[in-house]
Amino acid sequence: MNTIILIIVLLGLTTFAYRYGRRKALTSVEGRVANLHSLPSYHGAYVALWCGLPALIVVALWLILQTDLVERMVLSGISDGISGMTKGQISLLLSDIRNLATGDITSRTPSPMVQAAAAHYVELQRLGFMLMTGAAVILTSGGLYFGLKAIQPTLRARPQVERIVRWLLLIASVIAILTTIGIILSLMFESIRFFGQVNPIEFLFGLTWSPQTALRADQVGGSGAFGAVPVFAGTLLITVIAMIVAVPIGLMAAIYMAEYASPTTRSLVKPALEILAGIPTVVYGFFAALTIGPLFRGAGESIGLSVASESALAAGLVMGVMIIPFVSSLSDDVINAVPQSLRDGSYALGATQSETIRQVILPASLHGIVGAILLAVSRAIGETMIVVMAAGLSANLTANPLEAVTTVTVQIVTLLVGDQEFDSAKTLAAFALGLVLFLVTLALNVVALRVVRKYREEYD
Amino acid sequence: MTEAIYVEGTVRPDEESVTGMSEAIETDTTETETAPFPTKVKANNVDAFYAEKQALFGVSLDVPENQVTALIGPSGCGKSTFLRCINRMNDTIPICRVTGDITIDEQDIYDPAIDVVQLRARVGMVFQKPNPFPKSIYENVAYGPRIHGMAQGKADIDDLVESSLQRAGLWNEVKDRLGESGTSLSGGQQQRLCIARAIAVNPDVILMDEPCSALDPIATARIEELMDELRQNYTIVIVTHSMQQAARVSQRTAFFHLGYLVESGATEMIFTNPEDTRTQDYITGRFG
Ligand SMILES: Nc1ncnc2c1ncn2[C@@H]1O[C@H](COP(=O)(O)OP(=O)(O)O)[C@@H](O)[C@H]1O
Ligand SMILES: [Mg+2]
Repeated sequence: MNTIILIIVLLGLTTFAYRYGRRKALTSVEGRVANLHSLPSYHGAYVALWCGLPALIVVALWLILQTDLVERMVLSGISDGISGMTKGQISLLLSDIRNLATGDITSRTPSPMVQAAAAHYVELQRLGFMLMTGAAVILTSGGLYFGLKAIQPTLRARPQVERIVRWLLLIASVIAILTTIGIILSLMFESIRFFGQVNPIEFLFGLTWSPQTALRADQVGGSGAFGAVPVFAGTLLITVIAMIVAVPIGLMAAIYMAEYASPTTRSLVKPALEILAGIPTVVYGFFAALTIGPLFRGAGESIGLSVASESALAAGLVMGVMIIPFVSSLSDDVINAVPQSLRDGSYALGATQSETIRQVILPASLHGIVGAILLAVSRAIGETMIVVMAAGLSANLTANPLEAVTTVTVQIVTLLVGDQEFDSAKTLAAFALGLVLFLVTLALNVVALRVVRKYREEYD
Repeated sequence: MTEAIYVEGTVRPDEESVTGMSEAIETDTTETETAPFPTKVKANNVDAFYAEKQALFGVSLDVPENQVTALIGPSGCGKSTFLRCINRMNDTIPICRVTGDITIDEQDIYDPAIDVVQLRARVGMVFQKPNPFPKSIYENVAYGPRIHGMAQGKADIDDLVESSLQRAGLWNEVKDRLGESGTSLSGGQQQRLCIARAIAVNPDVILMDEPCSALDPIATARIEELMDELRQNYTIVIVTHSMQQAARVSQRTAFFHLGYLVESGATEMIFTNPEDTRTQDYITGRFG
């Protein structure tokens, strides 16, 4: 809370610095802007950056580092009491101390040692905050003073401000890239550990998936079979069903919107379709599990078919509906991008509208449509919530859409919510599955973007 | 070009006719001299509207057979709109409305009994910017005949493609690369491909809307030569903003201004001895 107030105050000071810097720049040339090297607003931004940026950086770093530092100091204060404890016990103790210090309910009546440590914790935090505030105030006022002093008509404020802004933009993009790299590395690292326990050939080509391993050595349990083919096959089956639904409907909707609908209709239909993409997937999930699944089961029974209540068909169908807007919206854009001159050329030869669409528009936008479909496929493969709720857990190797199947994403979820140790083969299998999933969707996305880009180059 | 034209336009002292618009209309449409060629397309009192905005005002024009008729005038004066009335391309613009009579071979083309598909097979069109389909050269030319079911079997279509490309003067350049994309040709070749594509459905009339404005001078000269050859077999109406081009390629010229057809007649007459001062101002480059 206090931190928020501090940041608001800092931002307020920065705004003030901007105004003041601007005014000072203007007065320095008596209002004749032409005499300034840079526009007054750049002088303002220059002062504001000097005033706000160092302080905000320090506050951010402080907040990141402080907790760890405080905890270390608290623990070293009670080093006698914890000398015999294991790592796990220490971390439990620490969370007790933390809970007590922040006023949360603790699991046990605190021992005197914990109470003392908590008091120490609160004390250190308060001290830390005061130091941080002090540092921030010094940096802000120092920056303000320095920035204002630098202001004079010849100050090259614009290039300097622009350089700093460029660095900020660069940092933003680097953060995104680093995050991705971090995720890939952790996936790879854990997968390598998994493949140390399970043969990669068995994982990729084995036909039995039964990841239950015994918790204790003396327990009777699954021996653990990590042949992922049934899981991949399940994903494939559901994706195919979803695409069978989404591609024709999405494409026809796109053709209607781009070629037949009046501008008013289009402006209503297109957002309405895009709402489908905005429905949370968990809503689709229980729709599939509670409405569509039982419906199919009932319908199947009445004609003498045995349909699992968690069938690939129900999950795939609902997923297909969810994906319709991915296909329709992108295809609609692509069809719209086909130049009017091609339509005119076709009409002028006496072609009807449907001939023009089939023989000119669709071939001309084929690349883009294929790209849209590939993106939709990668969305379908990665989709989790619907299949978790509606597709089931049994790893059947089947092409029958009326049976229950399981998918890569479902398995990842179930593997990780179990209570196994983290380094068991069962848990690590989730990373291997994740890696495969990641590589497949990455490849699809790369291909799709290529295809779309190639199309873009054709007309302009 | 604005109203100021009338004020600034040099009115010869002995001629006080150019005082207002209404007078001009009355004098414009009557053609006295008898053309040696029968009338192919006849427009009578054509008005065109885009929503509320009127783009053509009572245009009446006779287009003679086997001649090149040039439509000239400052931009925005309705040349394209008039051209697009002749193959009813304006039907594809929802807000566009056309009234009046247009006949081809004395048949009313706005008659509800007329199928616009058939009409457009009889009246081909070539556009300002070459617009070949992103298909092979062969498929570009075969497109029209296939749609109209004009050819039985592959041999027929092969023949049609070859003869159309020959008439468009493109055959020798592309005969070894018929499978390549039409968009891979140069601008001038693309435009001739579009002409071949139009010829392939065996039209009577070919409309060209500034067909050379996107082309270099050499490609332009090539198309102009071609127009002269084509008029042996077809009736051609061309919109052009180049007076020199109109003078070079056309036998008849019609001058449009602000949606009115100001004057039409034999090309030499229009260029050497126009009746209307606005025509004179335009062809001497005083506006537009
Ligand atoms: N699709 C359209 N929608 C609305 N107005 C149009 C359209 N096409 C042309 N116009 C208007 O009609 C008038 C005549 O245009 P046009 O026939 O294209 O002139 P030109 O070909 O002689 O330059 C212009 O004022 C133009 O703004
Ligand atoms: Mg035009």
